[in-house]
Amino acid sequence: MEILFFYLVALVAVASALLVVTCKNPVNSALALVNTFFSLAVFYVMLEAPFMAAIQVMVYAGAIMVLIIFVIMLLNLGTATLKKVSHSAAGGAAVAALTLFVIGYFLNRSEPTGMTGDITSEVVAKVGHTELIGKALFVDFLLPFEITSILLLVAIIGAVVLAKREV
Amino acid sequence: MITVHHYLILSAIIFSIGTFGVLTRKNAIVIFMCIELMLNAVNLTFIALSHHLGNLDGQVFVFFVMTVAAAEAAVGLALMITFFRNRESIEVDDINLMKW
Repeated sequence: MEILFFYLVALVAVASALLVVTCKNPVNSALALVNTFFSLAVFYVMLEAPFMAAIQVMVYAGAIMVLIIFVIMLLNLGTATLKKVSHSAAGGAAVAALTLFVIGYFLNRSEPTGMTGDITSEVVAKVGHTELIGKALFVDFLLPFEITSILLLVAIIGAVVLAKREV
Repeated sequence: MITVHHYLILSAIIFSIGTFGVLTRKNAIVIFMCIELMLNAVNLTFIALSHHLGNLDGQVFVFFVMTVAAAEAAVGLALMITFFRNRESIEVDDINLMKW
């Protein structure tokens, strides 16, 4: 039952990802991308990461995609970019197929291993996912978290300086 | 039974679709959206492996990837607005001032 659901959502995710690449109108691409983000959020819930699913919907589908659609509509790129779609589709397809083949080959050869921890499904259900993430973020990764705030500040200043009419 | 391989293969497929889009499209905003697609495929890998290994570090890394993607979106779209104002176009073929 669960595997059927997985294949259904995976089909939706791959189909919307293909639509992002093939749609001629950028607005349609953006809406297909929102669809992909939502299906990935479903996978995060299935992987027992509900907090990640929530911020996937809020940050990606909410904030970043609104920004992208806002810029598409601000620049009014409806039919102006329709004439030239792609010129090197064969080369791009070859590189993409090669990427897929290499990843598939190495996945087939070995079982993924690494530093295992003690966060089992029971721990996540008992303590709560948000609390676990919060502890990891504010105890083990406090310095990277603070550096992230500087990164965001730099991005805000950079965006304002770049988009201003005269500096 | 869903194994970690299912998620890794799915994420590889989505990543390849994103690569294809980046290499073939000419509209800078669509290329930008394909890069977001690739970032999301990597995020799915991180969370699948984090679940598989019982370790939360991968999910914290996804948090940072999302922050960087947000910063990238703000700066990248500002660049595109500036470019559009100068050239009246958003095609990457028109970005040729430094082309030899």
